[in-house]
Amino acid sequence: MSGLAVFLGAALGFAAVRFKVQEDPIVEQIDAILPQTQCGQCGFPGCKPYATAIANGDAEINQCPPGGEDGIHKLAELLGVEFKPLNAEHGEPKPKSVAVIDETTCIGCTLCIQACPVDAILGAAKQMHTIIAQECTGCELCIAPCPVDCISMVPIAEDVATWKWKYPVVKLKVA
Amino acid sequence: MTRQLYEFNGGVHPEEHKHASTSRPIGIAPLPRILIVSLRQHIGQPAKPIVAVGEQVLKGQMIGQAEGYVSVAVHAPTSGTVTAIAGHAAAHPSGLTDLCITIAPDGADRWIEHSALDYRNMDPSHLRNQLRDLGIAGLGGAVFPSFIKLNPGATQKVPTLVLNGGECEPWITCDDMLMRERAAEILAGAAVMRYMLHSDEVLVGIEDNKPEAIAAMQAAASQCDFPVEVVTVPTLYPGGGAKQLIKTLTGKEVPSGGRSTDVGVATFNVGTAYALHRAVNHGEPLISRIVTVTGNVHRPQNFEVLIGTPLAELVRLTGATRDDTSGYVMGGPMMGFDLISTDVPMVKATNCILVKSLALFPPPPPAMPCIRCTRCAQACPADLQPQELYWFARAKNFGKTQEYHLFDCIECGCCSYVCPSHIPLVQYYRYAKSEIWAKEKDKKAADLARERHEFRQLRIEREQQERAAKLALKASAKLAEASPESPDDAANAAKKAAIQAALERAKEKKEGVTPRNIENLPPEKLQEIAEIEARRAKIRAMAKDAVEK
Ligand code: SF4
Ligand code: SF4
Ligand code: SF4
Repeated sequence: MSGLAVFLGAALGFAAVRFKVQEDPIVEQIDAILPQTQCGQCGFPGCKPYATAIANGDAEINQCPPGGEDGIHKLAELLGVEFKPLNAEHGEPKPKSVAVIDETTCIGCTLCIQACPVDAILGAAKQMHTIIAQECTGCELCIAPCPVDCISMVPIAEDVATWKWKYPVVKLKVA
Repeated sequence: MTRQLYEFNGGVHPEEHKHASTSRPIGIAPLPRILIVSLRQHIGQPAKPIVAVGEQVLKGQMIGQAEGYVSVAVHAPTSGTVTAIAGHAAAHPSGLTDLCITIAPDGADRWIEHSALDYRNMDPSHLRNQLRDLGIAGLGGAVFPSFIKLNPGATQKVPTLVLNGGECEPWITCDDMLMRERAAEILAGAAVMRYMLHSDEVLVGIEDNKPEAIAAMQAAASQCDFPVEVVTVPTLYPGGGAKQLIKTLTGKEVPSGGRSTDVGVATFNVGTAYALHRAVNHGEPLISRIVTVTGNVHRPQNFEVLIGTPLAELVRLTGATRDDTSGYVMGGPMMGFDLISTDVPMVKATNCILVKSLALFPPPPPAMPCIRCTRCAQACPADLQPQELYWFARAKNFGKTQEYHLFDCIECGCCSYVCPSHIPLVQYYRYAKSEIWAKEKDKKAADLARERHEFRQLRIEREQQERAAKLALKASAKLAEASPESPDDAANAAKKAAIQAALERAKEKKEGVTPRNIENLPPEKLQEIAEIEARRAKIRAMAKDAVEK
């Protein structure tokens, strides 16, 4: 029995050496909570930089609109700090949307491709561009650069596959 | 010899109401005016439409193709013209619309050419693909693609094949009537299953409240060229649940989160066996099923109904709508769901349309706080602690609900049925399950976005280095041009070497995008990485194609 324990202990130590995380684990943990929209609304160029700033105490936990209150609660819990409501300076949470390019208007300038943080736009110079809807995070970063304003955000409609059972509404009769 | 039976925990005895719909034989529903065939008939990916509006289709013609692995095809239930491929109210608790193909029947009911499959002389995987293309899916409720379940897997065999004739839910009698009237055909389907799974024994489990079905199946079994044991099991809801029936018949417990094949048992609904027989021995795709129409109607009966038949046309076969009709349930009173719209078509999952009235189904009394009497735990056939699940689901503490095995809950409703406080417990479990699924999906999407973002950062860095190297090269070329006969050969050579080295480095960087730290990953992870790489390569190729075009 104790032999097993020693062996397991050794294995654990070994594993810790082999799989040593190169990055600050707290940054990773914070980054795992952030929604990865990569929109920059928090004031940092992406989720990871924001995570790093939180870890260093350089940013508040309530600056990410896509993460919403739910995300702030999780961050508060992880870091053992008080919850605070979303800082409206950074924007409001919106229903999840995807960008859609009006393909008849697109002039193929590639500016949106350069703006997309997750390479979700397909196209080449002077060719019509299109967005891979499954990979679009809805960050809106492609909207501003478009010189012909042919990109719009379309909210993702609820369908049979994404529909959720609602929280039961029950008349509680207190005895 | 009577088989030793085992007992599962809990269960309840709700009023059966089965006689209402068993006094008449299965009726053949007449051709409806219009057929609306949903492309999402099954668990998994919906089928992809392969016909166009205006196209003439024949009965049994494939109109939707299986897309992805967990998917099967859908077919035209009769001959006619495709009049729409559009969203239509779905037979779903949400009442939302879903993609459907609408067919206006031409009245001729003309079949597409079809013939029996010579399954014994067929490559097993080809046979499974044929069953996928014939649209065969489980008709017991889950509508899981049958071709996946009919794969014996790595062990090459599933020793025990169970045909589920339990039909424990009150009011529903479609399996009962099918067994009474078409027992031999059900066993012909079982013969194909037995062949595909290399099973040693075939058991048919039927609850003892269906003596006619038991007699019919026994008579058919005695004519069979392989041994079939028809086993009478006690009537106890939810005895027809797959895990519960396996426990009753074999004493085996399907592990938490596991599948029945983990204990060497495959279970199929008797209706699925019948559909498989039609498919294999006649080449007919799954375009109809037996549906019980009962409850607050004049003449409750079972009908053989084309998939896509509108609810209203089906219910009309049992007489005029009664004034006190208060709603429609798809499925039974325990596990079914209220239809929000009555303008919905029948799907492969529809086993019953239960018409409600306030007299038959009075609204539940108001709920009261949980008194922790644990009656729900005594009734739960999945050995769960419903009162704890309720507590955590109500508090939205989803992590805890999973610790208490929320996903082993079969939503049978036994707990709500016995709860003296009338708490709608199952509603809380459904809510918690769908929240967890949605969070899981969000998490996957976030992981994908993180990965794509990191990949992009890497790419930008690499491109910058390449550009720098190119600039350096150009500068040196200019230098060489400016002083063609420079005597300072040694200095020049040194410079060239430095440039060469920089180029090498840049090239290495370029090729060096292969991720590090992959030596110690489990094979699934490596597989996942390979898939991601393949996807990237495809996107790159597509982008390149677009340039070249
Ligand atoms: S605001 Fe945008 S970039 Fe910042 S953490 Fe949230 S999703 Fe990421
Ligand atoms: S049966 Fe109802 S009251 Fe009793 S413990 Fe369960 S949930 Fe609570
Ligand atoms: S609905 Fe779920 S928790 Fe309730 S009795 Fe059935 S299996 Fe158990």
